[in-house]
Amino acid sequence: MSNVQQKVIEIIAEQAVLEVEDVSLDQTLEDLGIDSLGLVESIFSIEEAFDISVPFNANEPEKSVFDISSVAAIVRAVEGLVKEQTT
Amino acid sequence: MKRVVITGAGTINALGHNVADTLAAMAEGRCGIGPLDIRDVDRLSVKIGGQVTGYDERIHFNRQQIALYDRFTQFALLAAGQAIEQSGLEFSGELAARSGVVLGTSGGGLTTQDENYRAVYEEGKNRVHPFVVPKLMNNAAASHVSMQWNLKGPSFTVATACASSNHAMGQAFTMIRSGMATAMVTGGSESMLCFGGVKAWEGLRVMSKDACRPFSATRNGMVQGEGAGVFVFEEMAHAKARGAEILAEVIGFAMTSDAADIVMPSKQGAARAITGAMQDARIDKTSVGYINAHGTGTAANDKTECAAVADAFGAHADDLMISSTKSMHGHLIGGTGAVELLACIMALRDGVIAPTIGYEEDDPECALDVVPNVAREASVDVALSNAFAFGGLNAVLALRKV
Repeated sequence: MSNVQQKVIEIIAEQAVLEVEDVSLDQTLEDLGIDSLGLVESIFSIEEAFDISVPFNANEPEKSVFDISSVAAIVRAVEGLVKEQTT
Repeated sequence: MKRVVITGAGTINALGHNVADTLAAMAEGRCGIGPLDIRDVDRLSVKIGGQVTGYDERIHFNRQQIALYDRFTQFALLAAGQAIEQSGLEFSGELAARSGVVLGTSGGGLTTQDENYRAVYEEGKNRVHPFVVPKLMNNAAASHVSMQWNLKGPSFTVATACASSNHAMGQAFTMIRSGMATAMVTGGSESMLCFGGVKAWEGLRVMSKDACRPFSATRNGMVQGEGAGVFVFEEMAHAKARGAEILAEVIGFAMTSDAADIVMPSKQGAARAITGAMQDARIDKTSVGYINAHGTGTAANDKTECAAVADAFGAHADDLMISSTKSMHGHLIGGTGAVELLACIMALRDGVIAPTIGYEEDDPECALDVVPNVAREASVDVALSNAFAFGGLNAVLALRKV
């Protein structure tokens, strides 16, 4: 498991009030019971943890390059942003 | 129960520094939103707002006043001055004792807080100006209005986020209606366009970076504004006895709480407030011709508001007009309902319906007549003004043509 994946899952697990082991990559935020406010808070935690800026407007989530369709998609998106913003 | 009328109106906002200029801009569908001119704007990701431009506090206030008046207080004083002057009222003796001021604001003296936090945290100063507290307090505007015009009756400030000024005007209305007061200076004021004020909103990720496009399928969030709207509400018999010009009658008010979510709006809570205002006014829903929408331009508000209007009005929802002037002046948060009440007065008095500008594409979830982009002439007897706040607190006012 990559460091990014580990950290993202920790953040999502904390938001969902679950153990890290109970979060799997194929789950959606809805599966995990994370609502729009929880999503915005998760994104903030991700930005703080990785020192990146995540482009995301809650009014048009589908237009964001930040894919939130599943835990795996979020991990990939964060990996991309870390690579893009730290090089 | 006493009847209540509006005998004075004043404003300063991104569209104009008085009512005439503001209404002219609304009728033209002019946009007052533009690039923000504030300190550290380069560190913001949202760089637009409905800022009051061409404004120099030194033209209106002296050095001693500026030391005490935050920008939100300045706006309130200017708008109140216009309204009271138009009303022709002079507050002395018994009238002064029976007249007060109720204003809405959400952030109060936020600019003062922002500047002084900078001083102590960023610049490391250990001393701030002695007037910081009386300048930043949320009731500063209401208190200065009361002092300047000798309003000695019930006076206070209402803070219910985006519904503050509607709640404030609702209180003023019910106090006159019940006989507690003869005249009330009421409305709201906000000046949140400072670095901290915008940065906080950015965090929620509901702001648009380019424009406020209420009800349009292409909408992507709200845009903050600033300014004030202030009115003189007066007992109808008192106004008629002195031959005052009456701008409109305030006929109903209702407030509800969603008791559900701290940010997501509720169709039921909004619909109950709309229906409640009509019941309070004892009018049939078919008499309503225009609604000034809360219409923030967020995905959630606009579709929820349209669903609430559809629920409250049934088939009549397709016959009435509903527009959001926030597309032009931005969202004045605690002052927004007051500036938006001007659009209701324009509809009733002048038969001009302010448009929802920035409208690009139909949204099936907002399938009402939102008066897209261009103002319309129409005869309206009753108008409603909606305000639905974060925290699920809703306040709707009903006005009638006189």
